[in-house]
Amino acid sequence: MRPLPRTIRYLLLALTLLLAAFPLFGESLSGEQHSYHLQQLTHIMILAIVALSLDLLVGVTGMVSLAQAAFFGIAGYSLVLFAPEFEAVNFWLALALCLAVSAAAALLMGLLIIRTSGIFFIMATIAFSQMLYYLFHDSAFAGGSDGIYLFLKPEVAIAGVQLLDLENPRSLFYLVLGSLVLLYLLLRTCLRAPFGRVLLGIKHNEERVRSMGYNPLFYKLAAFVIAGTIAGYAGMLSATQYGFVSPGQVSWQLSAHALVMVILGGMGSLFGPILGAFAFEGLHQLFAGLTPHWELPMGLVVIAMVLLLPRGIAGLLLQLCSARKAKPADDAALSTAVAVNKETSV
Amino acid sequence: MDFSTVLIQTMNGLQYGLLLFLIASGLTLIFGIMQIINLAHGALYMVGAYLAFWLTALTGNLFLAILLGLPLAALLGVLIERFLMQALYRRDHLDQVLMTFGMILVIDSLRSIAWGNDVHSVAIPALLEGSIQLTETLEYPVYRLFISAVCGLIALAMYGVLQRTRLGIVIRGGASNREMVQGLGINIRVIYSLVFAAGTALTAFAGMIAAPVSSVYPGMGNQILIIAFVVVVIGGLGSIRGAFLAALLVGLTATWGAVLVPEYAGMAIYLLMAVVLLFKPRGLFA
Repeated sequence: MRPLPRTIRYLLLALTLLLAAFPLFGESLSGEQHSYHLQQLTHIMILAIVALSLDLLVGVTGMVSLAQAAFFGIAGYSLVLFAPEFEAVNFWLALALCLAVSAAAALLMGLLIIRTSGIFFIMATIAFSQMLYYLFHDSAFAGGSDGIYLFLKPEVAIAGVQLLDLENPRSLFYLVLGSLVLLYLLLRTCLRAPFGRVLLGIKHNEERVRSMGYNPLFYKLAAFVIAGTIAGYAGMLSATQYGFVSPGQVSWQLSAHALVMVILGGMGSLFGPILGAFAFEGLHQLFAGLTPHWELPMGLVVIAMVLLLPRGIAGLLLQLCSARKAKPADDAALSTAVAVNKETSV
Repeated sequence: MDFSTVLIQTMNGLQYGLLLFLIASGLTLIFGIMQIINLAHGALYMVGAYLAFWLTALTGNLFLAILLGLPLAALLGVLIERFLMQALYRRDHLDQVLMTFGMILVIDSLRSIAWGNDVHSVAIPALLEGSIQLTETLEYPVYRLFISAVCGLIALAMYGVLQRTRLGIVIRGGASNREMVQGLGINIRVIYSLVFAAGTALTAFAGMIAAPVSSVYPGMGNQILIIAFVVVVIGGLGSIRGAFLAALLVGLTATWGAVLVPEYAGMAIYLLMAVVLLFKPRGLFA
């Protein structure tokens, strides 16, 4: 993956700093609404983590999966089911458990479906997610369609010393923001390493990757498990935030929303899907505040963006950057960088 | 379990399957020929059901409502194809996914503005109101038989058109080799328009005819969409015959699943699809 143009790097840095400063100045800005905004932003950042994990599959490797909600949900359920009822659960133990469960689920599902491709892969991911959905929906241990509650947030402590108080929305906000930034940097590094190059190669030409002596199935499975585990981490954060899990968090609609965020943001760019999550949820909140028929302007915006921005928000930003530079040599390099999703992959 | 229960459940399964075929056949035609993944297909099914509700309320007769509603649905299909889909033929599949997702939102909110969010019922036409006595205690509604018969006839007619007419040859040709069909001097644009209108009309018709049985409610489209995709994938993409057999299989599995293992009924069809994909990764009739 190419380094980003400097303008975009500064832009992302500025946005991150702005976000990080929000809990400090938000109160004077929005007064009573502050805690609501803080909660919404935390929620959006959690969804951004899901979108980021999905981009590793859709944008980088060319595998369109609608199973992210399954891993998101299974980790959330694991946390709530594992936590004792009247005692705060140890964060680190819960984290290890949630990551292990979602990774195991992704590995199991991946082993069964990794050989299918295109729309059959999409449908196979839906099939297994729906089975999981009905498992939680129809069984008593998971509270059925009502879901189950987590009464006390996990306790983040080392040797008895509390590091973070997750009951405080501000701490949770910073935990989620920190996770988002770290995961983004981690995935970016990962894509610059040989591992990431093989994944990118698979998207463009799987046969050639095979002929170079790499086993594409292994790499696809690895990407699927990594993405599933990250989605699981997001699911654990979400269950912590709301203290509640329900079958809705396992539904294919949530996966579809994540996919929309990825496409809207610009797939394959990693930062695009994060912006896509903010754009999608931000517009949702904005329109929902204006009219009960928020779906109408939302749908029109989505349609307009498909027609006008073929490579999403990230594509637009990259294009603006390359247009500003006059040097023709750079243009060639950037135009290839802009072509994030030229290849037809479904 | 006695014989008449088995008979009734099987008939219910077949009726559900035949109805699913109407929806899935439009989806598979549009995918097979135009290479478009149409997420709004379920929303168009819902539009059909609401048209049936609205026009029945206006005219007092479901048949009249269907007669008036079908051209409206086909026209809607033509407009969507002309103004939204045509821009996307050369683009990534995922752009079509996003576009049709946007269409679901728009259609849903227009539905909410026009008809509200209540659940409505549509009366069965007086002609078909009765039931057939199977045993002394069990009877089977005539209207469900009527649905099965109509769907079966449409399936036959589709088979006839696709296999036996010149238009059918062109459509099948368009599915297997677009460039060649164009090279033979056939305007593929017109074919696309026709196929999209036919697919929309089919799914809307399914919504109309199912309205008295399923009732009419806001989420009905999204619910049926995934099941229709399951049918399409089990049958093999683009295969009408595959969609037909898969629809019957899914209909029977869903109905019998609810009878035999009620606690895991929701899972049954997805389990079926998973098993099919494990052994036949491209569907049964690809």
